[in-house]
Amino acid sequence: MTEVLETRGLRKAFGALQATDDVSLTLRAGEIHAIIGPNGAGKSTLIGQICGTLPPDSGSVHLNGVDVTGLSTQARAGRGLARTFQISQLAMEDTALQNVLLGAVGASKRAWRFWRPALRHADLRDRAEAALARVGLDGHAATVTAELSHGQRRQLEVAVALTLNPQVFIMDEPMAGLGAEGSARLTPLLDSLRQEAPILLVEHDMDAVFALADRISVLVYGRIIASGTVEDIRRDPAVRDAYLGDAE
Amino acid sequence: MGGVMRRELWVNAALWLGLICVPLWAHWAGEPFTITLATRAVIFAVAAVGLNIALGLGGLVSLGHAAFFGIGGYAMGILAFHAQNYQPLFEWPFVFEGSQSMPLIWVVAFAVSGLCAFVIGLLALRTSGVYFIMITLAFGQMFYFFSISWAAYGGEDGMLIYVRNGFPGLNTLDPIQFYGLCFAVLSAALLVQARLARSPFGLALNAARQVPERVRAVGLDPVRLRLLAFTLSGAITGLAGALFADLNRFVSPSMFSWQLSGEFIVFIIIGGTARLFGPVVGAMVFVGLEHLLGGLSEYWHVWFGALLLGIVLFGQGGVIGMIAGKARAHD
Amino acid sequence: MTLSLVFEQILNGLQSGIMLFLMAAGLTLIFGVMGLINLAHGSLYMVGAFCAAAMAGWTGSFALGLVAALAGAAAAGALIELVVIRRLYARDHLDQVLATFALILIFSEGTRWVFGSFPLYLDVPEALSGPVSLPGGISYPLYRLAIIGVGLAVAAGLFWLIGQTRVGVRIRAGENDREMIAALGVDIDRLYTFVFALGAALAGLAGALVGAIQSVQVGMGEPVLILAFVVIVIGGIGSIKGALVGALLVGLTETLGSVFLPVFFKLFMAPAAATQAGASLSSMAIYILMAGVLVWKPSGLFGSRG
Repeated sequence: MTEVLETRGLRKAFGALQATDDVSLTLRAGEIHAIIGPNGAGKSTLIGQICGTLPPDSGSVHLNGVDVTGLSTQARAGRGLARTFQISQLAMEDTALQNVLLGAVGASKRAWRFWRPALRHADLRDRAEAALARVGLDGHAATVTAELSHGQRRQLEVAVALTLNPQVFIMDEPMAGLGAEGSARLTPLLDSLRQEAPILLVEHDMDAVFALADRISVLVYGRIIASGTVEDIRRDPAVRDAYLGDAE
Repeated sequence: MGGVMRRELWVNAALWLGLICVPLWAHWAGEPFTITLATRAVIFAVAAVGLNIALGLGGLVSLGHAAFFGIGGYAMGILAFHAQNYQPLFEWPFVFEGSQSMPLIWVVAFAVSGLCAFVIGLLALRTSGVYFIMITLAFGQMFYFFSISWAAYGGEDGMLIYVRNGFPGLNTLDPIQFYGLCFAVLSAALLVQARLARSPFGLALNAARQVPERVRAVGLDPVRLRLLAFTLSGAITGLAGALFADLNRFVSPSMFSWQLSGEFIVFIIIGGTARLFGPVVGAMVFVGLEHLLGGLSEYWHVWFGALLLGIVLFGQGGVIGMIAGKARAHD
Repeated sequence: MTLSLVFEQILNGLQSGIMLFLMAAGLTLIFGVMGLINLAHGSLYMVGAFCAAAMAGWTGSFALGLVAALAGAAAAGALIELVVIRRLYARDHLDQVLATFALILIFSEGTRWVFGSFPLYLDVPEALSGPVSLPGGISYPLYRLAIIGVGLAVAAGLFWLIGQTRVGVRIRAGENDREMIAALGVDIDRLYTFVFALGAALAGLAGALVGAIQSVQVGMGEPVLILAFVVIVIGGIGSIKGALVGALLVGLTETLGSVFLPVFFKLFMAPAAATQAGASLSSMAIYILMAGVLVWKPSGLFGSRG
């Protein structure tokens, strides 16, 4: 299997706090690799380093074998690194369709078109509508985002990532705030997305993680303490001790 | 939502027709002063439409747009000053005598103010929020003091241009014809703003105002989007400055004054941000109040200030919002 | 060009810098604690100057004038905080700009209404008038020297207030975490009114002190306000230390630039052209300084917020 995304020895300290400490992990084509860990384990810092919002103190990030550590967030996105946010980052005044259209505009490098309305760029619109349909929001294209439910906004987050010609998905707690029912509805969607691009899934919802993940890495105090298949992780005593034991 | 938007379209159409009919009526009724007032309002509206591209679409609170208004004014002043005094502006690489032709002046005003906006934007956009406000205000003041110190072009006294600049095929000294030109420029600026707002660029700029993180995550740089918006915004406001200088046949450092920058923002707020015709309504209301209240009291700014305070503290959505309902203007 | 002239200009620069500090300190404090951009701060400067001029004109006492300036500006500050400003803390910067712009209009035209359009004059007190001899044979106006002293004393007092007192602890806590300070049982409304009135009093004091050198007139505050913004951009928002350093830099750059740039250009240009070039460049010097800081350190020399 080929490695689409790889981090090597990522470190980041905030003052005395070592947020990530020598994090090396891989994401292979077709898989879902879940990162779990208690609050404050360094998951957000790791995502920031992978997506380019936080410069690492040391270590590197490789996308399809190319070192992207020095690239900006937008350059990484241009290379197919498609992320979703833990707290929805959506243009609330705009419609659902406009939000996915933004993704299509970004991915097609067509932000410097000034005259023809975005909605009349037929290929962009097609791509945006396909992404909405994929997540089941095709009935809400014209709804202003502020009027969508929380669950619909979580779906829209995924839809925007879908428009980006994704090479890899970085999903930061896609189930956040969804509850069991909403989470169960989003799970099959994520399951089907792995065919398009592998997913690095940071998630607190253990049911979703155990249902989706091919591999799981456990991050505690900035370090990966265990990594393996779902069964390996379930059985690992260190994990039960550090994390599953007291958290669940 | 659809109904509200249709209502706004009707309001816009009525305003646009009003801007055609009222000055024409004034022309036939022999009221040139009304035409001059309307011209003033239309020129201010062009400046505010320019600012609204940065402020309404881009969320950039520029408190220095008088700088571009003034640069446009001085572009006109300097070109016309050399032409009327038969002193070449430069002699290399070719002799250029200056110009009293509006089309050329407009191009120069647009380009030079756009260039200055680009440079100021490059510096100011390294920051955001309240820093951006303070920096644009400060650079505006820099041009003000610079124009005062520039003795060759009148220093504090400014420059008088004896004859209004010409436009091929028109008699610009006729108030209604000059008004027609200004109105045409306003219509063009509104068209640009309307198209821009719906274009892929406008979509991205509008998103950069609301969720810059997201814009980066789809592969676009919010700062570059804002910089272009700010540049275009400054250029259009500069064009308005050239028209304003032609209206008065006079340029002076007061075109750079920070109060004017504040007033441009006020126009947009009175009319309603994110409304296509918001700046137009705001400029009309301002010029109207200036005329009416100014006639009643020398200290009309007190009442204007109180009115503005009331709108900011208690009113939302501006005048168009009150007429057309609460929805936002972009699609 | 003599050494004494250089020294005199440095003192002038210090004097204008320290007055700028009084303005900028209030602005930066108000921004740091309440997150508010206050364009009407220049109006409070003007209010201080008018109160001082009116009181000194009426009683003949400069000292009473200063008291009136402090009291008048603080009262005006507290009043607008209670009536207008506190409705703006939760608003965005655009609303703050507009509302405080409206306050400028009201203050300026209101003052013109009451006092008329002619400038008032505030005389330098008898005891401080005339020049004083400094070491090195330099003669310098005593009053200007005195206001450098007053300004430095106020600056020291401010650093003490913020750094050493209980009020200062609360102010610093308010800068960091608004909710925590409310949870600690501090009356946040009163703290905000106090900070705003304190900033207003500093502005009023500066207005009165400078009013005796220049004339007291409507519109005197805004150019100083804009300079204070330049100071804050250079020093970094929310930092009193940054405001002090920035103010001295701006004061010195502006004063020395306007005197020495024309001289400098005369070294290699015709006198008339040199005067012109010097005047033009010195009118832009502080903004060029600001641009340099922006390129080098966008959040200011001592700033932490972006």
